[in-house]
Amino acid sequence: MKKKYLAVPYVVWMAVFVIVPLVLVLLYALGSRDGSFTLDNFRTMTQYWGVFASSFQLALIATAVCLLIGYPVSYWLSREGPGIKRIAMIAIMLPMWMNFLLRTYAWMSILENTGIINTVLGNLGFFELFNGVFGTNLKYFPMINTPGAVVLGMVYNYLPFMILPIYTVIDKIDPKVIEAAEDLGANSIQVFWKIIFPLSLPGVLSGVAMVFIPAVSTFAISKLLGGGMTMLLGDLIEMQFYGSAYNPYLGSAISLVMMVIVLICMTIINRFGEGEGEAMYF
Amino acid sequence: MSKELIRLTNVSMVFDENTVVLDNINLYFNDAEFLTLLGPSGCGKTTTLRIIGGFQKPTSGDVFFDGVRINDVPPYKRQINTVFQKYALFTHMNIYDNVAFGMRISKTPEADIRRRVDEALNMVNLSGFEKRSVNALSGGQQQRVAIARAIVNRPKVLLLDEPLGALDLKLRKEMQTELKKIQQQVGITFVYVTHDQEEALTMSDTIVVMNEGRIQQIGTPIDIYNEPKNAFVANFIGESNIISGVMERDYCVRFAGREFACTDKGFAAKEAVDIVVRPEDLMISEPANGQMVGKVDSVVFKGIFYEVMVESQDFRWKVQTTRAPQKGQLIGLSVDPDNIQVMHKR
Repeated sequence: MKKKYLAVPYVVWMAVFVIVPLVLVLLYALGSRDGSFTLDNFRTMTQYWGVFASSFQLALIATAVCLLIGYPVSYWLSREGPGIKRIAMIAIMLPMWMNFLLRTYAWMSILENTGIINTVLGNLGFFELFNGVFGTNLKYFPMINTPGAVVLGMVYNYLPFMILPIYTVIDKIDPKVIEAAEDLGANSIQVFWKIIFPLSLPGVLSGVAMVFIPAVSTFAISKLLGGGMTMLLGDLIEMQFYGSAYNPYLGSAISLVMMVIVLICMTIINRFGEGEGEAMYF
Repeated sequence: MSKELIRLTNVSMVFDENTVVLDNINLYFNDAEFLTLLGPSGCGKTTTLRIIGGFQKPTSGDVFFDGVRINDVPPYKRQINTVFQKYALFTHMNIYDNVAFGMRISKTPEADIRRRVDEALNMVNLSGFEKRSVNALSGGQQQRVAIARAIVNRPKVLLLDEPLGALDLKLRKEMQTELKKIQQQVGITFVYVTHDQEEALTMSDTIVVMNEGRIQQIGTPIDIYNEPKNAFVANFIGESNIISGVMERDYCVRFAGREFACTDKGFAAKEAVDIVVRPEDLMISEPANGQMVGKVDSVVFKGIFYEVMVESQDFRWKVQTTRAPQKGQLIGLSVDPDNIQVMHKR
């Protein structure tokens, strides 16, 4: 029995809050203050190409770091017993239940020049030692307001989104398939590279998508941990709507281009995972 | 010709300190033999197979391969391949790459791989399927890929863990014949695990009947069927009438209230025994001509024969006959001496 009417609330919701805004973004991107149709916004955008570049660069680095940390954790976790799995899952999810801004502010106080790390190192006499060895004159390690801090913030916030899909996929791999590979002569390294890794790719692709997309469009992390030193796309867009440079037309155009780029990236990623049926569009 | 290949001596398997899965298994099998481990689920047959394959280590006891102890040899170093119950094919590879997997691991030259994959796929009637994806195959086809993937490596022993369990009856029958043919063609040892007694009787050279972690009987299908060693085997293999009796002396056993001539000897005088009579070995006659008299309780048509339940004074006999008596009719039952199988009680 078809119960199409059950989908009505969502269809209405989607029309009002997804389709209409998208159309508005498109109209704004192609518009100007005087209401005429123009492509000027896209022309203006070219002067911000550095922001695009650094956004994608930092998001890519953060995604790569998440993958390098997340994959081994997921793999290890999938081999463990149910008790450890449950505890580890809670540990991984726990930070996500805390407010995002709060977490990021916490990192600020850790990384600041007079923050926890530098204070502890200073009290331990680490900088005297360091300066003595390297002939420098440091009173603290500059950590806050660097691209590194932004990447750290991204990794910290988005790592669970890498671990969860990879873990889910590896955990579902039939142990018999692994036994079959061992039975056919594969040692544990060969089993990993020829069986487990290829079978886990759909999870990797989902994880990459789920980390990369929020990372490339983030603005709070770069603002708080990057101190405005590294302007990212999210900050640039925000500025066009709330900042001094009020220009929703340009903001819409940048958003549109970013969406298109992300869509292209996702299509490419999904092309890799074709036939696996697990990769997602985000 | 029949050289001993694998031997298990005093193999026991205990889980969680007290769950005994295998209890002192002693077993050997020969080169090029089709051996079946038969028993109900939980009897330890799959565990035995996994110990031979190297996926589990016995709690105690030794496993020998060609005279060499292999307890600590990991699966990937054993000259043994396995066909898994649910095939365990590599879904991220096509059929060709699945079958070629073992040879690629062993760094066989690509030209040899191609030739042998062709041969193997030909043997299981899957030529032309090389480029197909695993998911595009039916259960029976996946099963045959699993067999090809294993035999292509020319193992000394092929282990098969209920490989036909997921197939429908008709396909299963076809694959039974097919498997037997393949085994004879490649001339290697097959160790086959099943709970299906008919499958075991059809394919095996030797059957090992197991129950509750112990070997109940080892023998050819004919031995196992005609001369079951105990009530469990008799009951598990085919339909049986199992009745208690007393061995009066050599060649004479008393049950159902009278003495019968039999072919068994060597029992203690007056030893209490179990007697097996197969339903197809009971002959129906006029009451006056039978060794026993009983009343027909039910008649069920089974296709090739009628299954008749006959109530005699102290036993309910199951009889298979091609001519149906009337329900409620009094009939005579008799049995030839060589169809009476006498077993020690246990």
